[in-house]
Amino acid sequence: MAKLKKQIRIALRNCGFINPENIDEYIARDGYMALGKVLETMSPEETIEEIKKSGLRGRGGGGFPTGLKWELTRKVDAEQKYVVCNADEGDPGAFMDRSILEGDPHSVIEAMAINAFCTGASKGLVYIRAEYPLAIERLKIALKQAREYGFLGNNIFGSNFSFDIEIRYGAGAFVCGEETALIHSMEGLRGEPGVKPPFPSEKGYQGMPTNVNNVETYANIPVIILEGADWFNKIGTEKSKGTKVFALAGKVNNVGLVEVPMGITLREVIFDIGGGIKDGKKFKAVQTGGPSGGCLTEAHLDTPIDYDNLINAGSMMGSGGMIVMDEDDCMVSMAKFYLDFTVEESCGKCAPCRIGNKRLYELLDKITEGKGTDEDLFKLRNLATVIKDTSLCGLGQTSPNPVLSTMDNFPEEYEAHVKDSKCFAGQCKALMQYIIEEDACTGCTLCVRVCPVDAISGERKMAHFINQDTCIKCGACMEKCKFGAIYIG
Amino acid sequence: MASIKLAPSKVEKLKEICKKFNNDKGELINVLHAAQETFGYLPAEVQEIVAEELNVSVAHVHGVVSFYSFFTMIPKGEYPISICMGTACYVRGAEKVLDEFKKLLNIKVGETTPDGAFSLNSLRCVGACGLAPVVTVKEKVYGRVAVEDVKGIIEEYKSLE
Repeated sequence: MAKLKKQIRIALRNCGFINPENIDEYIARDGYMALGKVLETMSPEETIEEIKKSGLRGRGGGGFPTGLKWELTRKVDAEQKYVVCNADEGDPGAFMDRSILEGDPHSVIEAMAINAFCTGASKGLVYIRAEYPLAIERLKIALKQAREYGFLGNNIFGSNFSFDIEIRYGAGAFVCGEETALIHSMEGLRGEPGVKPPFPSEKGYQGMPTNVNNVETYANIPVIILEGADWFNKIGTEKSKGTKVFALAGKVNNVGLVEVPMGITLREVIFDIGGGIKDGKKFKAVQTGGPSGGCLTEAHLDTPIDYDNLINAGSMMGSGGMIVMDEDDCMVSMAKFYLDFTVEESCGKCAPCRIGNKRLYELLDKITEGKGTDEDLFKLRNLATVIKDTSLCGLGQTSPNPVLSTMDNFPEEYEAHVKDSKCFAGQCKALMQYIIEEDACTGCTLCVRVCPVDAISGERKMAHFINQDTCIKCGACMEKCKFGAIYIG
Repeated sequence: MASIKLAPSKVEKLKEICKKFNNDKGELINVLHAAQETFGYLPAEVQEIVAEELNVSVAHVHGVVSFYSFFTMIPKGEYPISICMGTACYVRGAEKVLDEFKKLLNIKVGETTPDGAFSLNSLRCVGACGLAPVVTVKEKVYGRVAVEDVKGIIEEYKSLE
């Protein structure tokens, strides 16, 4: 039961407990009470003050204080303002936003309405990935029901506050999670980020002040209003309040979403809640923050998780992806995997990200092919630092993190690839050799028959051997050998 | 502008879609989603008509189509196969599963088999990381797919042919 004990459900409070397609079930669990409370008893300033006091920070990854963001949008004088929900959950391995929208869509709608009341907006937009058809469906149903019940539309709760929400679809671009790129995408343009400032709170959608928050951030709002900021800010650490939902995945026994108080350690999440490493293997690293984050090691297991600690450790909170890796995962390949992602997803607007990441990928590829040199390691670090310092948006500024953090935390793996042409994890195909153990080989010739390139030779009933120049490392011989005589060296 | 080869009924259908979104250029992405749902892909002619209806340049439409990975200019197979290459799936062996599909279908990622039955794609996270590695065929989701399961998945659809 350790799995449940350490969790506190705030953002996920209703997920799995209510039928998300029935608004009455949401109302039965105090749904829309927070909106009612705000409209009937609080002023926008008081509401913003409460959010500020709660210490809530943006759950999309940046960690910007939510109350402050609301206040900035409120302060700008404009005819039309917008409230945007960022549901473009592009970080591979994270799926908390999908779960909230599928399991509790009304909490997001309610929070957006509260935000609109505070900032003076009358229109809301949810920007959601087209890859999430069920979430879109549930959100549509929820919006329809909220309109029928008068929680959206004109004169909500008999006040003079009017607000409604539309849905906009993403089309598969990771960079659209960046708020300026997201706004461009909503305007029907290519999702390229713009230069900040001006921030969206001044000039956002259609050039108007726009408040952009992430799904999970919104899901926290109704609870903070109802339970009070003082209840919320008792949970968590000094600078990171409340809880965070993590998507625990990879080589861990219990996978899935967990909502834990800030300040919990990685060890508690991976070993107590996650039930340890799959198949009794050895823990090697945990990757947090997705393609913008970094790999943390055994040494970081007891670090309390919050925004600032993760950054100091060379990673970041990100949207909450947490991928556990074991001894079979090669860290150089992992960095290459993320760079492949970044190269694909770079929008191409600024040169450091467009060209630099491609070169980074090529260097990593060279190293995993066993052709890397000492100079390449130097170039790798140098280039990564330049990309970090000179890219336009968050994507480029963080894309070298997987490279830098693995270089810092696993220098010996990079060295082994370059100096000894060895991959400890046995993942880099070019560095592997299939070898036949002479004593164990009975000379049954089964391997000779399955080898697609005739790389194996030897007399019948005598030990065989593999010609490494011809071998394509398909592994067919090892699979077929009944005597376990073939190993990877 | 190149001559339009689409059947007149399809041109009408496309114009209707644009109209549904008030021919508003801000709705371009929504229009393209609806068009792709109707036609299966977005060939040059479709983009030209959309550009004309929304009063933007063809270059602008093509810029958007080529920017977003969800849009495709190549027709997909009758049974589009997607392998999730998100981190959780990658760590749990999605690459090997993808290699097996490539081998058995004898096509590369982004291609369609000559008979038009299968197309192969990799995608970035469907948010089902608890089921890693994940494969989707049309709308059906296969979880915890092992290399050995690949053949059976393909057979399942071949028998429908």
